[in-house]
Amino acid sequence: MKTKKWLGRIGSVLAITLIAAACGSDGSESSAGECAVDEVDGDLALYNWAEYIDEEHLAAFAEEFDISATMDTYESNEVMQPKIAAGNSGYDVIVPSDYMVGILIAGEHIQELNQDLLPNLSNISEDFSNPSYDPDGKYSVPYQWGYTGLAVNTAVLGDDYPRSWDIVFGDYADDYSGQITLLDDPRETLGAALKSLGYSLNTTDQGELDEAQALISDAKDNLAAFNTDSSDELLTSGETVIAHGYSGDMFTQFLETDNPDDYAFFVPEEGGTRWIDNMAIPFDAPHPCTAHTFINWLLDAEEGATLSNWNYYGTPNEAAIDGLDEELNAFLTDPAVLVGGLDSVESIADTGDFETSYADAFTRAKG
Amino acid sequence: MTATLEPEASIDADVATPEFEAAREQQKRRQGLFMALPAYLYLFVFFVIPLVIVIVYSFATRTRFGTELSGWNIDSYRRLGDPLVRDILLRSTTLAVITTLICLLLAYPFAYYMSTRSEKTRNLMLVFVMIPFWTNFLVRNYAWRVILGSDGPYSRLSEAIGFGEGRLLFTNVAVILGLVYGFLPFMILPLYAAIERIDGRLLEASRDLYASGFQSFRHVLLPLSMPGVVAGSILVFVPSLGAYVTPAILGGAKTTLLGSYIVTQFLSARDWPFGAALSFVLMAVMLTSTIVYFRKGGRTL
Amino acid sequence: MSGITEPRSTTKRVLQANIWLVYLFFYAPILVLVIYSFSDSRNVGAWGGFTLDWYRDFGDSSAAKGALSNSLKIAVVSTIVAVVLGTISALALERFTFRGKQVFDALLYLPIIIPDVTMAVMLLLFFSEAANIFGFSKGFATITLSHIAFSISFVSIVVRARLAGMDDKLEEAAVDLYATKWQAFRHVTLPLIMPGIIGGALLAFTLSLDDVVITEFVTGPGWTTLPVYVFGLIRKGVTPLINAISVVMLVASMGLVALSLLTDRARGESAEIE
Repeated sequence: MKTKKWLGRIGSVLAITLIAAACGSDGSESSAGECAVDEVDGDLALYNWAEYIDEEHLAAFAEEFDISATMDTYESNEVMQPKIAAGNSGYDVIVPSDYMVGILIAGEHIQELNQDLLPNLSNISEDFSNPSYDPDGKYSVPYQWGYTGLAVNTAVLGDDYPRSWDIVFGDYADDYSGQITLLDDPRETLGAALKSLGYSLNTTDQGELDEAQALISDAKDNLAAFNTDSSDELLTSGETVIAHGYSGDMFTQFLETDNPDDYAFFVPEEGGTRWIDNMAIPFDAPHPCTAHTFINWLLDAEEGATLSNWNYYGTPNEAAIDGLDEELNAFLTDPAVLVGGLDSVESIADTGDFETSYADAFTRAKG
Repeated sequence: MTATLEPEASIDADVATPEFEAAREQQKRRQGLFMALPAYLYLFVFFVIPLVIVIVYSFATRTRFGTELSGWNIDSYRRLGDPLVRDILLRSTTLAVITTLICLLLAYPFAYYMSTRSEKTRNLMLVFVMIPFWTNFLVRNYAWRVILGSDGPYSRLSEAIGFGEGRLLFTNVAVILGLVYGFLPFMILPLYAAIERIDGRLLEASRDLYASGFQSFRHVLLPLSMPGVVAGSILVFVPSLGAYVTPAILGGAKTTLLGSYIVTQFLSARDWPFGAALSFVLMAVMLTSTIVYFRKGGRTL
Repeated sequence: MSGITEPRSTTKRVLQANIWLVYLFFYAPILVLVIYSFSDSRNVGAWGGFTLDWYRDFGDSSAAKGALSNSLKIAVVSTIVAVVLGTISALALERFTFRGKQVFDALLYLPIIIPDVTMAVMLLLFFSEAANIFGFSKGFATITLSHIAFSISFVSIVVRARLAGMDDKLEEAAVDLYATKWQAFRHVTLPLIMPGIIGGALLAFTLSLDDVVITEFVTGPGWTTLPVYVFGLIRKGVTPLINAISVVMLVASMGLVALSLLTDRARGESAEIE
């Protein structure tokens, strides 16, 4: 009798689990309505990209507020998002990129920030305070930014190479066949092709996307690889001479070599991607007060500079710029980097249902 | 099922009475179920229930930020008819078959020779097969990239021999090499487990009957070790079919393989219904072919 | 049962050559990996002069050390449970007929043939909902439970390869000689299937130690494992720090092997004296 009851209970719990899981998540929401500035309501659990903040820097925050801080890392927005969306992730602060902020807002998976708890928001440069993916920055605060463009080995290419996507998509590439990499990322690489054709990298026009697909398909024979994880390293090791990649990675990689001047990074004249990573708080963050306190702390001029000087990406924190390493600042403000000017770059935005077309086009381009 | 088994039990009973044998048979059956139960329950809770959820998802609709569990449809299954899917499947299967064959060719003599050694040597050899795989998976792949790159040992060697400079990196050969490397232990372990139990007297007897080495391998050793061959082939073929990190690092991701196609659906495209449908059909096909193989008597070879 | 005897000399030479070839194949990249762990360059494939910095970094990095210890804890626990459950289920399937056997047989193959990202997604959904209902937090338990879920099948398939075709006459003889069932299992069956169990255990341990995708989806705060940590480094580039960690693991496992050989020998000698 007793066993039967027990088994019955297990059965019903399993059934409930199944039904509840099938109905999607609707876990409890947390809110920072009750917090005060610099108040902490528990330990910080940060979910961030790897090598994006110094362990010691994080430890300094924990010490200042007498809590403990743990950090776990992810390698793509696409891995982070479903974990947050599923609920009970246990994280207080996450660092999604631009388009992913839009997706998380749409899914109500991040909470609206209490801006009263973030007095240091005034340090954010105007350029970043009203992003298209999150108007008025209600849900997110910019963390770091950079460009996606091309890096070249100038010792091989000389100085007269065209500052254009033609060097990977045009006839120019034939001379360097087998020594070129493009990112293994549907949006970035199709985006590059779209820009090269003069279209927006957020197009939702199937015809334009088809053209971009054909362009990549044609360029494929000249490629060594589609590569995201080490395009920078392949370039400096001599395996390739032209590499599609991220500004911060390329820049730090150049500094690793004996002759940093042999390499150059630029965003082609037709334009490219400017990406912005942001801090946000999951809808069910266990410690929303601590989360706000951490975000505000990192927005401080000094902390912002420490952050950028360690990870060597651009800072959206205007007050922090004075504290940046000279080398880094010189690179960030180098006019040779942004060939087509600020108007030529776009941030990747979520295209909703059209997103599957991008994934599909990239698969077809590869064959 | 019960009805068909009992007459067999009575045929066997030359010593004990049929009643005794039948009772014993039933007891054995109960014991079998009892032994299977823990793993059965475990897999039911932590595998079957989650699997059902994902199968439910395959009939749902993709939205911007996730999957909407309404508007049930079979569009995801319709998409499987796309020629693109067929090409990917064909390409991946070819790669997985080649990988499995090479693994078999390397692992069989390895496992056989290992079986002829003393117990202590055997265990040592086994551990030394596994130790390389306790290093990190990514750095192992990066090490291969160094070896196969245009400035690496392979290229230098081929130049020294006179084959000219060759970069194996970012070719299909590199992918196969990487896959064989990654999954070879999966072939060695079951083969060794199967070969080591074979009674050596059978082989000796076949040699005494003037069978050539090959004949005794073909007619005695191979049939007896078949369970190991099948198990190893499954353990190599299946993960080769789904591999995506090694093809990306060593192959340069220039063509789409099944593993990366599925990952793309779940991650970049956030199209869980299609990803789920794709995996579900793939699992169904592989499971059926395995079962059909065993039903056809592959097991008793 | 007598084991397989020595093959003839030409065959033997070919077989030996194959052994060395396979070991060369296994250890060539390991050698490269070890060399670059001493390289004074951030890149895993570029030589920048000798340094021990990466080992020092490992000592200093609580994230890396934490990830390694998480990985080991999970691998050990999940291997033990999977070996027990997998071995018993293999025995049940090879030695007994019972109702539902075919379903169980098929069920055991599923974790092997499911794409890992699919398993990752389904377990994420499952554990997130279970956490809602039961109020636990994700971490060690969820990762270990997931690893066991795929390891059982791998252990079972290897043990079954061993058991297939092996008859249970010896065991029955032992029972007939008034040994209890347990004694018969402990002294007859277990030694016979040991090579299968060892193989299965090695496989389960290795799979757990290498798993990225499933772990990444079911983990919670503070439970990043080594492969997940390393995978995260992809965006900024994996550094020789990971090589250094790998070398530490290599040295530790070889040390353990040497230790077990030494204790074996010591035991053998004391036995001789007796």
